[in-house]
Amino acid sequence: MKSLRRILAIVRKEARQLSRDRLTFGMIVGIPLLQIVLFGYAINTDVRDLRGGIADQARTQLSRRLVADIQASQVIEFLQVADGPGELEAMMRRGEIAVAVVIPHDFERRLLDRDRPAAQLLVDGSDPSIAGVARRLREMPFVAREAAGREDHGLFELRNYYNPERRSAVQIVPALIGVILNLTMVLFTAVAIVRERERGNLELLITTPIRNTELMAGKILPYILIGLAQVSIILITGMVLFDVPVFGSLWDLYAASLVFIAATLGLGLVISTFAQTQFQAMQLTVFTFLPSILLSGFMFPFDGMPPPAQWVGNLLPLTHFVVMVRGIVLRGATLSDLTPSLQALGIFFAVTMSAAILRFRKRLD
Amino acid sequence: MNPDPAIVSSGLTRSFGDLVAVDGVSLAIPRGRIYGFLGPNGSGKSTTIRMLCGLLKPTAGSVRVLGFDMPRDAERLRERIGYMTQTFSFYRDLTVAENLEFIADIYGLGRRHKRTAIEASLDRYSLRGHLRQRAGTLSGGEKQRLALAGVTLHDPELLLLDEPTSAVDPQSRRDFWDSLFDLAARGATILVSTHFMDEAERCHRLAILHRGRLVAEGTPAELADGIDATVLDVATDEPHEARSALAAAGYVRAVAQLGSRLHVMVDPDLPDPAGRLTRELRSASLAAEVRRTSANLEDVFVAATGFRRSGEDQ
Repeated sequence: MKSLRRILAIVRKEARQLSRDRLTFGMIVGIPLLQIVLFGYAINTDVRDLRGGIADQARTQLSRRLVADIQASQVIEFLQVADGPGELEAMMRRGEIAVAVVIPHDFERRLLDRDRPAAQLLVDGSDPSIAGVARRLREMPFVAREAAGREDHGLFELRNYYNPERRSAVQIVPALIGVILNLTMVLFTAVAIVRERERGNLELLITTPIRNTELMAGKILPYILIGLAQVSIILITGMVLFDVPVFGSLWDLYAASLVFIAATLGLGLVISTFAQTQFQAMQLTVFTFLPSILLSGFMFPFDGMPPPAQWVGNLLPLTHFVVMVRGIVLRGATLSDLTPSLQALGIFFAVTMSAAILRFRKRLD
Repeated sequence: MNPDPAIVSSGLTRSFGDLVAVDGVSLAIPRGRIYGFLGPNGSGKSTTIRMLCGLLKPTAGSVRVLGFDMPRDAERLRERIGYMTQTFSFYRDLTVAENLEFIADIYGLGRRHKRTAIEASLDRYSLRGHLRQRAGTLSGGEKQRLALAGVTLHDPELLLLDEPTSAVDPQSRRDFWDSLFDLAARGATILVSTHFMDEAERCHRLAILHRGRLVAEGTPAELADGIDATVLDVATDEPHEARSALAAAGYVRAVAQLGSRLHVMVDPDLPDPAGRLTRELRSASLAAEVRRTSANLEDVFVAATGFRRSGEDQ
């Protein structure tokens, strides 16, 4: 009874302080909105309108058709016209173009020859996203080759292939829930305790009968609610701005988020036992945030990473949440399909929470 | 009342790296009294208080507080003590009422107990007018009243106050001390650290700390009687010159100027000290009226700390 009263006292106090701290309150709403707009619009892996050059040496009806078709896909915008590959290479070196297409004199004959590529694609390999596009574009001459026989059907199929509209927003927004929660939740809890230390409140608090577990529980409860509110903000913004559908159940999504929020709050509490100042707490938060972004599979495919990076990635809560949230939102998976990730987050929460409680000393030395 | 002392320490020591902040302090602090720790900044007052309430672990020595072994039984002691930190440690962004309610909940006071305790302390510490004011906007004296109200809500047997009046005007200090006497009269043991002589004078008993060591202990009167020096009062028109002339004499231990008068402490073995001082001043062609006087607490403090320092120099 006393224990519950103490936990509620901490919760009430945190809520009051939060409602009076405009900056933090602004961050609760502002960070998700800002990040979803930034990631949703700016970080767009559907590369479009690459600056391109063309050297059409064949000058046949079919070659012009190919050029028009590439243009129509909006992947490449042909800004420069050249006579041959040498001229295109020079343009690329100067950075005027990122991609170039060379259609040789014998284009139509090559099309019929299945052993030889029909046209050449020059790509600026120094930019990874352009190189990725090139890999997809490489498929194109083959389709056009089919088109030599069944023209209309082939080109139609091609357009289909290159029309992944808003595809990356759909992939990014669900995982973005995890990224944003990871940043804000860890930061808020870490700062919540360190701020008390900095302002001298902790010296008062640790001479009272409050127990470590009560203090920690009281500290994380308000932030769990805030985290769930952020999930809603991101989901609604994602639906409104980017038409992100939710195929799975919302209950599953919120349940998965709840477990993930708990795990990140645990991490924040551990950080708070190390940091002496709010500045240190922020630095440590960023220190854990960067690997989370890079190694969780949010930005780069998890399966493509070398094993050591995967090991580290598996220790991070975000990795498991990205798996879950993509499964629930995009594939309509249920929680029972995702038990390994759920278990991993549960373990992470238990470990960090115990570490925080054990490490937090009601002493000053 | 329980006849055992509230606090018994023996050889209490705490070092931070090479620095020995508290060095072998042995004390017995009686219950129901106001006990003072007097000493300059860095003399180990705060460190000692923090060891007494379990915030710091002693490097050596032992201490029992209200019968509890510290720091082992620190958790069990917490409900029975109140600790007022040197800097204001309540929540500045909460109102007076919210702070008091919070601390009452943390101490686990029941609903009814909580309401009566808060009501009583609002009147006792004249905080009713500031109920809805944020603690951060209170004046120094008001903050201190809020702090005292907060740490006494749960009726602690022992109050530890670390320089409670250092940021407070004289009138607030007087009021504060009246509150302390009220609390002591109701049976609480109060340990208060200070570097103000007038405050030390008000304590029932007193320990003088210097560089982490306990250098004198007793009631203010005992300390004044037991001073290891003869104290003389010198009235002169040229106190500054007189001071230089006396400070040079080997048998003079300390000279303090109080306006146009001097407080001079000399060797207790010196025969006819007043005559000796008069002759000393006359030879420097200074006219003065010299008479013996009783030691005040400042003299005691200087005797306990200053002599030792000059002794170390030799």
